[in-house]
Amino acid sequence: MKLRIFVTLKPGVLDPQGKAIHKALDGLGFAGVNDVRQGKLIELDVADDTDDASIDAMCRQLLANTVIENYRVERA
Amino acid sequence: MKTAVIVFPGSNCDRDIAVALESVTGRKPEMVWHGESALPDGVGLVALPGGFSYGDYLRSGAIGARSPIMRAVVEAADKGLPVLGICNGFQVLTEAGLLPGALMRNTGLNFVCREVALTVENAQTAFTSRYAQGETITIPVAHHDGNYFADAETLDRIEGEGRVAFRYASAVNGSARGIAGVLNAGGNVLGMMPHPERRIEAAHGGDDGRRLFEGLLETVGA
Repeated sequence: MKLRIFVTLKPGVLDPQGKAIHKALDGLGFAGVNDVRQGKLIELDVADDTDDASIDAMCRQLLANTVIENYRVERA
Repeated sequence: MKTAVIVFPGSNCDRDIAVALESVTGRKPEMVWHGESALPDGVGLVALPGGFSYGDYLRSGAIGARSPIMRAVVEAADKGLPVLGICNGFQVLTEAGLLPGALMRNTGLNFVCREVALTVENAQTAFTSRYAQGETITIPVAHHDGNYFADAETLDRIEGEGRVAFRYASAVNGSARGIAGVLNAGGNVLGMMPHPERRIEAAHGGDDGRRLFEGLLETVGA
């Protein structure tokens, strides 16, 4: 089973890298970009019988730092 | 005092901290590889050095915090053993859950490598007894991810409990409330971004860092 884990900064957590990307887009002349937030995509290939609780535990214990990040799991 | 330095793949200040500890305690520290499952017997202090453990993959300190030796470090810290995490060691301590908050990319996006002025916010700790309350000291920093973050409630709590050990005297990396060093609730775990081990003798430009180790030796035993 293939999983896509999207790890994103929580709302309100400052994202200096997103800001730098935003500035670069402005510099390239792309008008109308309101905001940029940078996150991570982690792709996992796991055994088909992996249960939701284990997937959630992997996210909470390692893949995301829940002090600053949210995560979302998508099954491919 | 017998001490231990944890060595991760990618640590690069492990020898600096070893020199500082030997210089102050008179004993070479035990160098403990991250893959070990137990700390040496009888250590009075564990130090987590600066560097880039596991290349800082995923997040700074994230993989290091899940290495086998960290289970032993967390267990010992919970029992009151003094643990000092410097720079990447601080990042490992937050990732391991021993300290609140997280260290994020510096707001200016630059790697900051220079001497900074710190204010000693709490001189009543095992780590800071050789400093005066409110004293300004000079210690070098060298980091890319030193921007301390915690939610407002956590910040209020740690400030109220006197757990901010050091604060930057002026802005360095965007840290919430200028926090440079934080203690756990028990006061036996300190994480700090500045490098006291790089400031232990006159040849380093001063010895403000040395007093941290001298204070520890005095408070946690010979």
